[in-house]
This record gives sequence, C-alpha cells and structure tokens, in this order.
Amino acid sequence: MPVVTYRDALTQALREELQRDETVFLMGEEVAQYNGAYKVSKGLLDEFGPMRIVDTPITELGFAGVGVGAAMVGLRPIVEFMTWNFALLALDEVVNAAAKMLYMSGGQYKMPMVFRGPNGAALQLSAQHSQAWESWLAHIPGLKVCTPGTPADAKGLLKSAIRDDNPVVFLEGEMLYNTKGEVPEGEHIVPIGVAELKREGDHCSLITHGKMVLVAMKVADDLAKEGINIDVVDLRTVRPMDVDAIARSVQKTNRAVVLEEGWEICGMGSQVVDFIQRECFDDLDAPVLRVHQEDVPMPYAKNLERAAKPDAGKTVAAIKKVMYLD
Amino acid sequence: MKTESKQPTAAKEKQNAPAPDNRSGDNRSGDSRASGNGAGASAPPANIAGTTVEQRRELLRSMLLQRRFEERCAEAYALGKIGGFCHLYIGQEAISTGVMSMIRPDDYVITAYRDHGQALARGVSPRSVMAELFGRVDGCSGGKGGSMHLFDAKTNFLGGHGIVGGHVPIAAGVGFAIKYKRGNQVCVCFFGEAAVNIGAFHEALNMASLWNLPVIFIIENNRYGMGTAISRSTANEDVIIRAKGYRMDGESIDGQDVFAVRDCMARAIERARKEKRPTLVEMKTYRFMGHSMSDAVSGTYRTKDELEENMKRDPILLLHNKMFEAGELTEGEMHKMDDEAKAIAQDAWDFADASPEPPLEDLYKDVLADSTS
Ligand SMILES: Cc1ncc(C[n+]2csc(CCOP(=O)(O)OP(=O)(O)O)c2C)c(N)n1
Repeated sequence: MPVVTYRDALTQALREELQRDETVFLMGEEVAQYNGAYKVSKGLLDEFGPMRIVDTPITELGFAGVGVGAAMVGLRPIVEFMTWNFALLALDEVVNAAAKMLYMSGGQYKMPMVFRGPNGAALQLSAQHSQAWESWLAHIPGLKVCTPGTPADAKGLLKSAIRDDNPVVFLEGEMLYNTKGEVPEGEHIVPIGVAELKREGDHCSLITHGKMVLVAMKVADDLAKEGINIDVVDLRTVRPMDVDAIARSVQKTNRAVVLEEGWEICGMGSQVVDFIQRECFDDLDAPVLRVHQEDVPMPYAKNLERAAKPDAGKTVAAIKKVMYLD
Repeated sequence: MKTESKQPTAAKEKQNAPAPDNRSGDNRSGDSRASGNGAGASAPPANIAGTTVEQRRELLRSMLLQRRFEERCAEAYALGKIGGFCHLYIGQEAISTGVMSMIRPDDYVITAYRDHGQALARGVSPRSVMAELFGRVDGCSGGKGGSMHLFDAKTNFLGGHGIVGGHVPIAAGVGFAIKYKRGNQVCVCFFGEAAVNIGAFHEALNMASLWNLPVIFIIENNRYGMGTAISRSTANEDVIIRAKGYRMDGESIDGQDVFAVRDCMARAIERARKEKRPTLVEMKTYRFMGHSMSDAVSGTYRTKDELEENMKRDPILLLHNKMFEAGELTEGEMHKMDDEAKAIAQDAWDFADASPEPPLEDLYKDVLADSTS
C-alpha cells in the first residue's frame, strides 16, 4: 500500500470526489491560486477550474452562508476554514443554519455539505490560534463531527463526509498534515460513526481521537516496553460516537483513560466518561481518568505551552494511576 | 520586571527635542497632558516644512529602529528563538511612524498581528518587545502573547490581535469609553485592506459614525491579504469609498510618505478631538516580506519584479532622500543613526536572551482577574 502524508490523503479524497460528482465544489480562503494555506488543495484549481475551486475574501460568516445556500438547492459544498479558530466567526451559519435546516423545514431541506480545516494547537501560535473545538461542535444535534488522526482515516472519512447528506464538521490538524501512513488507492471509505481499535491490550483502555491518536500510539509503545499492554480506541468520529466500541474495550480491560486535545470542562472526555459509567459501571476497577489541555488559554512561551498541552508523559501517568501502579 | 540599564526607546531622545510646533500635534515630547487642543487648529502642509529638523531626524530614527529590529526578528526566527507566526512590518514603517508621531501618550492604539513596528513606534520598549517574541518573562505580555499579541498598558497599546477584523469593533468600544468619560483622546485602529471585507469592520464603522466616536480607522493597504490580491477579494478596490456608506470622512493617502501620513493624521485627529467624529483612512503601502515568516516573499501571487519596483519606494529611503536633498543629513550622520538603531536592536536581543522563561506558576495566572466582589 502506498505511504502518503495526511495532507496528500486529503487531497486524494477531494480530487476523487470532485471527479466523481459535479455538484461538489471547494471554497475558502487561499484554496485556489495559493494551493491552500496548508497546501491541501494543491493542483485542484488547475484540474477543476475556478468555478469549482473558489478563492473567497476573508469573510468566514459570508462564505459559510454561501455554502449553506448552495447546499439548499442542490450543490455539495466543501467549505474550508483556514483554521477552525476563524470558523468561530461562521458559527451562526454552521449551528443556526446548517445544523437545523432539515429539522426546522420539516425534512424538506437537507444539508449535504462539509465544513473542514485544521483544528487545535500547532506550535507557539498562542491563545487565539490554538484551540480544539470538537466538543463545541459535537454538542449540536444536526451535525456530524469527524476527527481523523491518520492519513487513511483522513481520506476515508473525508470521502464519506462529502457523500453524506448531512452537514459534516471535519477537523484536521496543522501538526498532522505532514504525518505519513499507508493509504489505500482509489475507493477507500471509512464510515462515519465507527471507531477503530488501533492497538490491542488487556490492561487498560485509552480512548482518544484526532491528533491525540499519535500520542496514544506512542504511549502504547512506551508502556509495552514495561509490559503494560493497552487498547487504543480511536473514536475517529466524535458525533455520532461509537459507544459499542468504547464499551467492548472497557468491559475487557476494566480500566480507562480518555485523552483529548481540548479543555477539560464539558470536553469530549466528559461525554466518553458518561457513556462508560452507563455502559460499564460494573466492569470498572478504577475511576476513569482524563488527560486534556490545562484549563487555560494557550500561552506563547515554549515552556508554558509544553506544560499546557496534554502529552505522552501525562497519559502514561494517568494509565499507571488507574492501574494502581504509581 | 528587570530594570533596564538604558532606555533604548526613541521616546528618550524625544525628551531632548525642541517643543513641537502646535500644528504638528506632536506633543509627546512636550506637554503630554494637553487638555483640549488636540492636534491643533490647522493642518500642516504635506511637506518637509511642516516639521522641525529634529522631528524629521526623530522620524528617521524611529523607522530605522523598526527596520533593524525586525531584521533581527527574522534572524531570531530562523534560529528558533522566535516561534509561531511572525508577521514582519518591513516596508510599511512610514505609517506607524507618522501616526505615532502625531498622537498623544494618553491616546489609544490597537492593531492586528503585524504589530512589531507599531509597538516600537509607539514607544513600547524594544527590550520588552523582543523578550515577548522570545517568549520570556520580561516580555510586554509576560511571554504569554508572542508576536501577534503585544500589549503594553504603559503606552496605551491595546494589543496585537490575531483574528482578522476582530479588533475593529474593539476600537469603537474604546472610542465609546472615551466619549462616555468625556475625554478628548482618540483611538487609532490599524488593520489590513483584506479586513474591510469582514462583517466586524462594517458593524464597527456604522456604530462609530452613528454614535460619533473619536476613532481613526486606518486601512494599511499593502494590496495583499496573504496570497490574495485585493482585486481578487474586493468588489470595489477603491476601499475608501466605504467611508461614504457610513457617512464618515474618508481619505486616501500615500502611506510610504511619512509626511503625508502626518498631514492626514492631523486632520483626522482634529476631527476626532473637536467634532468627536471618526475617520476612515486608507494608507497605501507595500509589504516587502512574505505574509509571515512561513510564507514566500513572492511567487504565485506577486512577481519579483513587482516587489523590486515597490522596494524603490522604501519609506526610509524616501525620507532619507528628502533630508539629504535638503542638506540636513549627511551620509555620515545617516550611518551613525543606523548604527544606533542596530545597537538598540542588539541590546534588545541580548536582554531577551538573558531574560528567563516565565515561571510555571504563570500558566494559571491571569485566566481570571482577582475579583473584589
Ligand atoms: C477571521 C480570520 N480569517 C483568516 C485569518 C488568517 N489570516 C491571517 S492574516 C490574513 C490576511 C490578512 O490580510 P490583511 O488584512 O490585508 O492584512 P496584512 O496581513 O496584509 O497586514 C489571513 C487570511 C485570520 N487571522 N482571521
């Protein structure tokens, strides 16, 4: 299987879906002539022309709304946000329009569209540019929220998202674009709402998604050297969430740690823990612990940023704690 | 904060400058607490004669400092001493310099992420700016903000802001507070031409005009928002026309000419202080570097030829030439001023390098204010 970057995997998905369906188009800041701020749309303008690869002004609210309107009357827009920090300006169209259109029109207007772009922190971009939004977006009925952590999942989920008749929020990562992995050529579909067990072990379940999948894999490697074998459950989609996959793993290991990039309060982990206490109450041998960003805006200074972010060391410590090894 | 052994800001030399003539509105070196006069009664002419020789030297010094300082920023970025996004101001210095030379210490300044030049021109200490860029505790934002978020309450520098257009309504809010408190300050707000397409810009202009707020909105039109030329993003490239839509005075000027910047500011300041009216100003300029340190200087979106053509109108060169032609600056003096600017930049670097990282306790500090209630 070819090894490609997360970025190229996304480009493949975009190209294949643009070829497959004429109603699919991509719009956003710098997506066309500049080949994308993070080069995800490289070469697409040349191949598909300016009607389908559309550079927008810096007007997030406006072009997200343009996407909603186009979706109401038969197109399948892919709206790219340069990063999800800027999508805050467009949340009205995402939350108040796209997410509710089908429901409030009594089923008459579906919203076959994707809102995508990098989410979460990169390096030293500080407070306004380093935020993981998945729990905000997953809160909204009417949206689906994908958080691929590997190139193969990025491709397979993006293809599913574009074909879905619902508004799909698609969260990528600046720090993921250059990561590499095996990606099937051509038709490769990952269904929305299905988790994947990325590593198997009996001692503890590590449940995560998005960029933290890479951290989780490192944690699994590090712990394996000490003879601790863990399940890594990659949710891949946080809404809908694959509760069965979580339950299967925790019922086997009887211990769980939930790792996420965002903040603690009302974070994704809160929801995972809620599912666990409902589905696995009698299976648990220890309280479930969570690893997440410290409860502060992201600081700029290197040492403070490092301290603020969740990482492998904090995750290993949490796993040892739920195993009563510390 | 460490105490600084030497104050390297341009402000220091200003103390020795002769009192500015009333028309210039530059009372940073004179009576900074001027109460009602503001920019003075009449606008100075758009030429070198509207300033004293010492003022012109001061303008040149400020621009040189910004240039040399940012050249060191590029170097520090390459060395990994500065991280994240770093947007250089090189090429646009006549705007920061001209504007700051006209406003008072008690006026307010707010800007976007391309904020180093404006901070230095405003008189934020170069040491504290460099320390911020290095992510150190002595930085003007305590090492927490970085390049895009320089703040300095001492100079009423209300920050660099990272979301395009997000700070434009904030400027209107500052104007609202000035009016509320019956002050006669102005708030100066800088942003790029690409920001005029964002809703916040329009909402802010409407309120500022509707409520007669003393705000000067400055569009620094460097023709590109990242890699997008204004012609590809903006239905009417004549951005100043937008002032009309909000019944606001608007003026478009050559932002490479520091005297044109000052003249235009004199009018806008007078309007703000006397009539409590906002102004929209377009200052035409050009950025000589890439959008940020991680972007190409030229390439698909602008040609090298275009860049070189525009670099002939380097604002420092233009001012230097004028002074040189007027016989008030020798090449030797120019070199000396340049060396001084380099020395200040070096001093800022050394200071930043020696400043410690913020202590880990700072991570949780200032999330919320200590509330007295
Ligand atoms: C709302 C929002 N969208 C996108 C961005 C990413 N971005 C940062 S600067 C920039 C270009 C802005 O250009 P302009 O306003 O002309 O200012 P300049 O950078 O030229 O000084 C873009 C698209 C952002 N910071 N905020």
